[in-house]
Amino acid sequence: MSLDTNTRNNLLFQLGEILPEEYLLTSEEAIKPYECDGLSAYQKLPVAVVLPETIEQVQRITKICSQLKVPIVARGAGTGLSGGALPHEGGIILGLSRFNKIEKIDTDNLTATVQPGVRNLAITEAARPFGLYYAPDPSSQIACSIGGNVAENAGGVHCLKYGLTVHNVQQVTIVTVDGELVTLGSQTLDTPGYDLLALITGSEGMLGIIVEIVVKLLPKPHAVKVLMASFKKVEDAGNAVANIIAEGVIPAGLEMMDKPAIHAAEAFAKANYPLDAEAILLCELDGSEQQLAEQIETVSETLRNANADDIVIADSADEQARLWAGRKSAFPAVGRISPDYYCMDGTIPRKQIAYVLKRISELSEECGLRVANVFHAGDGNLHPLILYDANKEGELEKTEKFGADILTLCVEVGGTITGEHGVGHEKIDQMCVQFSPEELTQFFAVKNAFDPDALLNPGKAVPTLHRCAELGGMHVHNGQLPHPEIPRF
Amino acid sequence: MTIQDNDISSDLQQRVLESIANKQPLYIHGGNSKAFYGNTVDATPLDISPHTGIISYEPTELCVTLRAGTLLSDLEALLNNTNQILPFEPPQYTTETTIGGAIAAGISGPRRAYTGSVRDAILGVKIINGNGEIVSFGGQVMKNVAGYDLSRMMVRSQGTLGVILEVSLRLLPKPPKEITLTFESDQKSALQFFQESRLQQLPITASAWFNDQVYLRLSESETVLEQSKKKLGFDLLSDYDDFWTDIRDHQHHFFGRTDKPLWRLSLPPATKQISSVDDNQLIEWGGAQRWINSNAPANIIQNIATSNNGYAYMFKGDLPETPCFPLLDQPLMLLHKQLKRNMDPNGIFSPGRIYSGL
Repeated sequence: MSLDTNTRNNLLFQLGEILPEEYLLTSEEAIKPYECDGLSAYQKLPVAVVLPETIEQVQRITKICSQLKVPIVARGAGTGLSGGALPHEGGIILGLSRFNKIEKIDTDNLTATVQPGVRNLAITEAARPFGLYYAPDPSSQIACSIGGNVAENAGGVHCLKYGLTVHNVQQVTIVTVDGELVTLGSQTLDTPGYDLLALITGSEGMLGIIVEIVVKLLPKPHAVKVLMASFKKVEDAGNAVANIIAEGVIPAGLEMMDKPAIHAAEAFAKANYPLDAEAILLCELDGSEQQLAEQIETVSETLRNANADDIVIADSADEQARLWAGRKSAFPAVGRISPDYYCMDGTIPRKQIAYVLKRISELSEECGLRVANVFHAGDGNLHPLILYDANKEGELEKTEKFGADILTLCVEVGGTITGEHGVGHEKIDQMCVQFSPEELTQFFAVKNAFDPDALLNPGKAVPTLHRCAELGGMHVHNGQLPHPEIPRF
Repeated sequence: MTIQDNDISSDLQQRVLESIANKQPLYIHGGNSKAFYGNTVDATPLDISPHTGIISYEPTELCVTLRAGTLLSDLEALLNNTNQILPFEPPQYTTETTIGGAIAAGISGPRRAYTGSVRDAILGVKIINGNGEIVSFGGQVMKNVAGYDLSRMMVRSQGTLGVILEVSLRLLPKPPKEITLTFESDQKSALQFFQESRLQQLPITASAWFNDQVYLRLSESETVLEQSKKKLGFDLLSDYDDFWTDIRDHQHHFFGRTDKPLWRLSLPPATKQISSVDDNQLIEWGGAQRWINSNAPANIIQNIATSNNGYAYMFKGDLPETPCFPLLDQPLMLLHKQLKRNMDPNGIFSPGRIYSGL
């Protein structure tokens, strides 16, 4: 739905009144870079892009849009992988890139107060001189912004021990759709009232515009070691993951790659991965020297008992960096062996790893598309990369179907359709698989409390019941949705 | 020990549907161990404590799913058998304390500052919602970002948003060994010590200061504990085995006083000594939680908290005109009311338990 000319003119006039010329982009050339985020398969042009610099400007923008009923899509660095920042053709993109200041590093309370456009890695860089760091490290951390991290509840390789964004943020200040400034959470370890801080985290720009964040900082671990174990059987690697946890060890990171991923990564990064292995595990341990010595022993023994072929222990920072380089470059590495790839993001209980990998490989054979598996094994978060060629007719559709089947499989074994990338535009249809109409209605109730006219990022994250009904994901009798007597938001 | 498998969810659902039909509000409660925590609700009680049982527990998944009426003591014993613990160490003010009540009240114990809070450990919930439907949010896996995080929002909602039927919780391995060290210190130096220890990566899992004495619980393997003890040079607390359980459950003699109201101050951990209140204090969480027995007027205590960017809870005691929970700013309260109205459209869930109008 595009805007009618009157509203459009009115909108641009009012925005022009409050923003300097270079903060309001309207020409096709200027707004083109904002047509998509990290999920570039989907593109749309917004009416305009605004790049405010102050909280007051954000408040005035949301007031103007509220009054004219114009949709607002907030955008951080645009690195998201689920199309959460895909523009609305009848709305504006509210880019937060000018909010790029680290306001305060509090070395007494171990927190950093930052603006939403600050890059994830920049927080750790600013904290490093004090021996501190910010734990969540999504693979895009060099580029992604902390505001986007909060909006998506971003993860990374160290979630198993240090948690997701929701565990590492203390306070978030938002501008509501009607321009009010509200602070959620606090600088203390608990805050009275409902946990709106948890609610806003991962809400994908649907509830408010994030304008300031207080994150927790952690002291840098004294020592780090990385182990690599190779396996002849994928099942053995899967079992090893469960056994390490059973031994009472919580590794800082526990990653797994299958054969196609190992080969792609090795060709790209020369990490010295064993090419004859069916799977490898990378296990990072951190803590004091003494803690590490004991954990290394426990983990090595567990890996050996789980039939690991070979175990390499990387002591030096260089060796560790080389082992991680393969894992961290797995996506671009796979990009080299296939014209296109589609990255999925389901989470499953750890005990289902071996079964799910087997099913994925069966599905892969059925549809004739190759798949490479890279994942955060410690927390059961899979990233199957489906290899396809967008120039071949029908192949994207086949890929989407394969991806949807994988996500349905994740839900079937007790998992979820998205572990850390968010629902956004991409997985909106799978939401109908994971949630019942009653549950989706509960989400609408929450959305309505914050944004009654549904102007914030409309069409993302939570599907309408009609959309689910059309997909056949819901039983509709005589054209009536379930429980017609209940108010729908 | 056996935990009774007793599913009364359809009875509970029936009760909710009836109260929607009759516009008769419910006061949802478990073991009533925290009945003092909040406003009195004039409504028909809905007791969830018979709704008990473990739905699933697989230690290697670090996750347990159980019915809300299950006793915390039973859950603790079950986890102990497989060397696991709840990271947030919830209090059991009485033996009747249920897990549902622990979630709804959201009170965390001594381990809070080191291994996270109640809400940090929540993975998923099943609830009866405001329309009397049974719905689930979250799940049993740690990484899950599908839909709004309604499971964490049940923590501290005190029964005002729905009836919690089941919860899934993240667990931690039980540390191989725990010791408690102690040394003499005035409050100022104790706070200074807590401050420095935050950067030192000691295996601390609880801290307290009371009566010019610092107490530290360290949890790790025997050798690491031996090393830490040597490095710190403090004495072993050897004549008080249940010290941390007593702090957690308010059985320590500090909490025995009833002549003065008991305030709970939640503050940024590095907050300096609060000297304007010279009454009895017990400090936990490295300075982030301070219990104060004081007859000082409520507004004095509340102002101290506010001026330090924290909050004062009138935890226990009868002070007229003094609500238990700190008041919220106007725009934040408005969001709370809109959420409550949308999630409990018939206004039947423990109305007014936290704030009037909620």
